[in-house]
Amino acid sequence: MKQFFRRTASYTLFFLAVLTVGLLVENPYYLQLFTFIGINTLLALGLNMLMGYAGQISLGHAAFYGIGAYTTAILTVHYSLSPWLSLPCALGLAAAVAFVVGLPTLKLSGYYLGMGTLGFGMIGYIIFREWSSLTGGSSGFVGIPPLELGPVSFFSGRNYFFLVWATVLLIIILCRRLIKSRTGRALRAIHDSENAARAVGVNTMHLKLQVFVFSAAVAALAGFLYAHFISFISPGSFDFLASVRMVTMVVIGGMASIWGALLGAALLTLLPEWLHTFSEFEMIVYGLIMMVVMIFLPRGLTRGILDIYEHARKRTSPAED
Amino acid sequence: MQAFLQYLFSGLTNGAIYAIIAIGFSMLYNATELINFAHGEFVMLGALTLVTFWGVFGLPLPVAFLLTIIAVSLVGLLLERLAIRTVSRPHPIVLVIITVGASIFLRGVAMIVWGKDARSLPPFIDLPPIQLGGATFLAQSVWILVIALLLAVGIHLFYRKTLTGKAMQATAINKRAAWLTGIPSERMVLLAFVMSAGLGGIAGMIIAPVTMCSYDMGTILGLKGFCAAMLGGIGSLWGAVIGGFLLGIVEAMGVGFISSALKDAIAFILLLLILYIRPGGIFGAASTQRF
Repeated sequence: MKQFFRRTASYTLFFLAVLTVGLLVENPYYLQLFTFIGINTLLALGLNMLMGYAGQISLGHAAFYGIGAYTTAILTVHYSLSPWLSLPCALGLAAAVAFVVGLPTLKLSGYYLGMGTLGFGMIGYIIFREWSSLTGGSSGFVGIPPLELGPVSFFSGRNYFFLVWATVLLIIILCRRLIKSRTGRALRAIHDSENAARAVGVNTMHLKLQVFVFSAAVAALAGFLYAHFISFISPGSFDFLASVRMVTMVVIGGMASIWGALLGAALLTLLPEWLHTFSEFEMIVYGLIMMVVMIFLPRGLTRGILDIYEHARKRTSPAED
Repeated sequence: MQAFLQYLFSGLTNGAIYAIIAIGFSMLYNATELINFAHGEFVMLGALTLVTFWGVFGLPLPVAFLLTIIAVSLVGLLLERLAIRTVSRPHPIVLVIITVGASIFLRGVAMIVWGKDARSLPPFIDLPPIQLGGATFLAQSVWILVIALLLAVGIHLFYRKTLTGKAMQATAINKRAAWLTGIPSERMVLLAFVMSAGLGGIAGMIIAPVTMCSYDMGTILGLKGFCAAMLGGIGSLWGAVIGGFLLGIVEAMGVGFISSALKDAIAFILLLLILYIRPGGIFGAASTQRF
């Protein structure tokens, strides 16, 4: 019962926060920023399922993000397909590619898996950059149409904000259900020990592949929303650093935590904006923050801050021990 | 035939660079099981520091060379001491992010110090290009090949003949057991870090005359050196050398005979192929479980 209240409370809080921001924020720049946070949260949520729960690293997830964005761009512009028809195509293509790539790659573990996915991500980036007749090459792809649903146009910042955050809420609920299910328990078993999981009858290869395909589809969904939001995409958004940024969001926020993914995504979206004041020193500060957080809070911010809080509480009230 | 020779030469030159970078990766991986994503930045620092010491200050080349090695190794030492050693619970993913953070940090520092413009250097010794079977071979390429092979032989001898080298290998095999036999294994890890950084610096210096040196040149070189190390089997010295040359030659042939758009993709396609077919690399162990 208590759990039910807590869950409902957290959803309500989340819902109210989104509603407040969406209705009260007037400045288009801030609305845009919050929309980007939503898109990055989707990326972090998908990758979190793979890294946090199944314990498999991917350094090439930006390729799936790119597949989502480029598929919808190509289908809507070159073939003038409706975006709502290109959405299943984008998700399907990313899932299919993830299946084909994951089949041999997920047999690897540890660093080797990281390297395999890194190689895949780089190849994806090079294809986006070099196949210029289809993708526009390094100068990018312009003129992606905005989304429309009957009379509602998602052209304005506010509508798009709500669309993105509604999607985020949907994916959060989906992830929650997945984690609480039998599949989720099996995934966590893989995270702790793959051999032990196999010993109790979990089909580890099958499950890892499933969660890899799921996280690729979520990344493609984020790519779809991203492409129709800014209507211009270029390969630079889907390079190796983009993959690393996604991993960083998950790890800095705190692995295996849905709110951690939200926190990590918000932080890494806002950080470059705050760092503009440092102008030339932006990269230095960005790199430093990444290192310092990981050195002192290797379990991520959500876990790290909780640890510090509990440590402090113990110190102030030693009588309780 | 002439075109083939030309591609072969350019492949050998690039391959030698990849080989040196790959040796650095391998050496560090052996000692610490760590993949250093900032390794490419050592290459960049080597090239740009040489630009300053030799090109701007006009120091004699050997002095500038030595000073650059010291400077880059020092950066490696600081990185190990300040960022890697201090991690309380080293998890591979955490270490990957720390080294990526270090790489962004170093790139940022280089951008402030040397600016965003690319710079170049003259060849070490101004000699006319060598004609061989109708193909031209730059004098600097000879330098690169000779230095790469000397380095590989030197490190081989270091591992086999010196006590420090043997101690470092013992640390690589089992850190705790090495420590129990009286080897200061922590210091061996530090030494591996410093030597790996120094190697990266040397790779940067010898390619400075044949490429444009800028603050962002390190990332792609580092990733390709890494592919070379994986090709040969990470942790193996001669595997890294052969992986480097193999990658260089395949890349040059691919660019020459297929398409130049493929240039950067070839390294990663090879990486995926080797991971699928023989994850331990050509000379590595067949096991893939090692973290």
